[in-house]
Amino acid sequence: MKPCVLKIALLTLLSGAAYAESVLVTLEKDNALAIVEPIEGKLIKTLPVGMKPRGLALSPDGKLLYIATSDENTIKIFDAETFKELGKLPSGDDPETFALSPKGDRMYVSNEDDALVTVIDIAKKKAIKQIKVGVEPEGITVSSNNKWVISASETTNMVHWIDVKTNAIVDNTLVDARPRAVMFTGDSQQLWVSSEMAGSVTIIDANTRQIIKNIKFAVQGVTPEKIQPVGVLIDKDRKRAYVALGPANRVAVVNAQTFEVEKYLLVGQRVWNLAFSADQKRLYTTNGLSNDMSIIDLDSQTVTKSIGVGTYPWGVAVKP
Amino acid sequence: MNILHYWRALWGIVWRELFRFVTQRERFISALVRPLVWLFVFAAGFRSALGLAISPPYETYILYEVYITPGLCGMIQLFNGMQSSLSMVYDREMGSMRVLMVCPLPRWFLLLSKLLAGVGVSVLQVYVFLAVAWFYDIKAPWLGYAYVLPALLLSGLMLGALGLLLSSFIKQLENFAGVMNFVIFPMFFMSTALYPLWKLQESSVFLHNLAQYNPFSQAVELIRFALYGQLNQHALYYTLVAFIVFMVSAIIGYTPSKGMMVKKGGPG
Repeated sequence: MKPCVLKIALLTLLSGAAYAESVLVTLEKDNALAIVEPIEGKLIKTLPVGMKPRGLALSPDGKLLYIATSDENTIKIFDAETFKELGKLPSGDDPETFALSPKGDRMYVSNEDDALVTVIDIAKKKAIKQIKVGVEPEGITVSSNNKWVISASETTNMVHWIDVKTNAIVDNTLVDARPRAVMFTGDSQQLWVSSEMAGSVTIIDANTRQIIKNIKFAVQGVTPEKIQPVGVLIDKDRKRAYVALGPANRVAVVNAQTFEVEKYLLVGQRVWNLAFSADQKRLYTTNGLSNDMSIIDLDSQTVTKSIGVGTYPWGVAVKP
Repeated sequence: MNILHYWRALWGIVWRELFRFVTQRERFISALVRPLVWLFVFAAGFRSALGLAISPPYETYILYEVYITPGLCGMIQLFNGMQSSLSMVYDREMGSMRVLMVCPLPRWFLLLSKLLAGVGVSVLQVYVFLAVAWFYDIKAPWLGYAYVLPALLLSGLMLGALGLLLSSFIKQLENFAGVMNFVIFPMFFMSTALYPLWKLQESSVFLHNLAQYNPFSQAVELIRFALYGQLNQHALYYTLVAFIVFMVSAIIGYTPSKGMMVKKGGPG
């Protein structure tokens, strides 16, 4: 009897641990959200969420899920448990990416076609300001100290430093061609910017807003024009940064202290966006053209599994 | 005849083979250089040639050098099996085979001992190759290196038995070139060592079928799955049956009354 009880307890514990985290992936062409269990690496289910879903994020308390449905010109709010639609936010036209303030009370949306950043008061579901930025803004982020909102304009090749208090641009930094993603280090001291056309990542000191380093990527056996960095993530200890290299089908592992590229990890086709697991032991990638996502074990720095999720996976978020 | 005699004979044969292998440093190096050249040069050139489908036992995208590593383990064993057969022909020409064959032990046991000696050498070579590959960042799960041992033993036995069978046909050392052209190369190239079956099917169904029924393919797949901690049952049975068929044929081939030696009129 005893071993049986033990077995059940162990199984419950294991299954509890296994289903502790869900990976949410937006599927641009399927107009859906894929829910993946990352320990066993299984697609659990796919839910319709709206036309051309791209950027997504969870509220800081993990209760709400926001998804930019680009072709519906809105950002939808879902219950993160039941995935029931709760409402919409006035994002402006063709929202692709957005960022939440650390408290989760404000949302900043890139409106690519109108060269605007829309500031939304989430509680009131109201756009409170539209900030004129460079041409084709896409990458957007908020520093964890809630001081800066950064918007990157793809065609102007610039990052705009927006003061959170005034919602006005304070400074601009010129970066390499076609900046795509922007990401602060956990201490808000550095800003990392990926440049798709230049195949590089620029690191900017957040205090002086001056460039401190430019990292170029070169993958053996891959032509330089295929190296198009998009998603950037930096771990909480600022030990390593991970850069999705698009059609190079690789994720670059960068030493975030020395800025040396340590390794390139092979994933699916046209890798764009990245997300850490809650404990930062795994990294999830969306591979747009091979219709799958890859799971990277960060301790061993190896890609452990790639799972088919649906057509054109785009954004990825983790629900602990 | 007790078990001690058997043990003594087995140990004598295995020891002779291992000793020969260890003392012939060139043989050891050349056995290692061949797959390493394939790994470092050939695989580097075809790095992106594999395409993008994920096929078991792999669970994600892999580089070409990762794909061909199990195939190169098989290649080591294939060459080793054939080399053993070459040494059998040499032994026969030199007369040491005659000494062995007059030993008062069953012929099947002597042949099996000879075979095991060859397999021991090939397994050693494969592990050294896998160790070098590990430093080249071709890493399998740790347990895979243990699981691959029985797979290597079986595939080594099968390829060694094939070598034995062939050696019963070959009268002179010079004829070994024929083995290269008609056995080693077709077996290696028409297998899953260098390209997966689905890739072969894209270009030719005939080639795909040939590769599928090639026992070397099955041995490679057995090694490939074992290296990633999985058992490919089909490959296991196929390799096992192929081993039994080759071994029985080799024993018959070496039997003086009915073997190939009688037909060829060779020295036996």
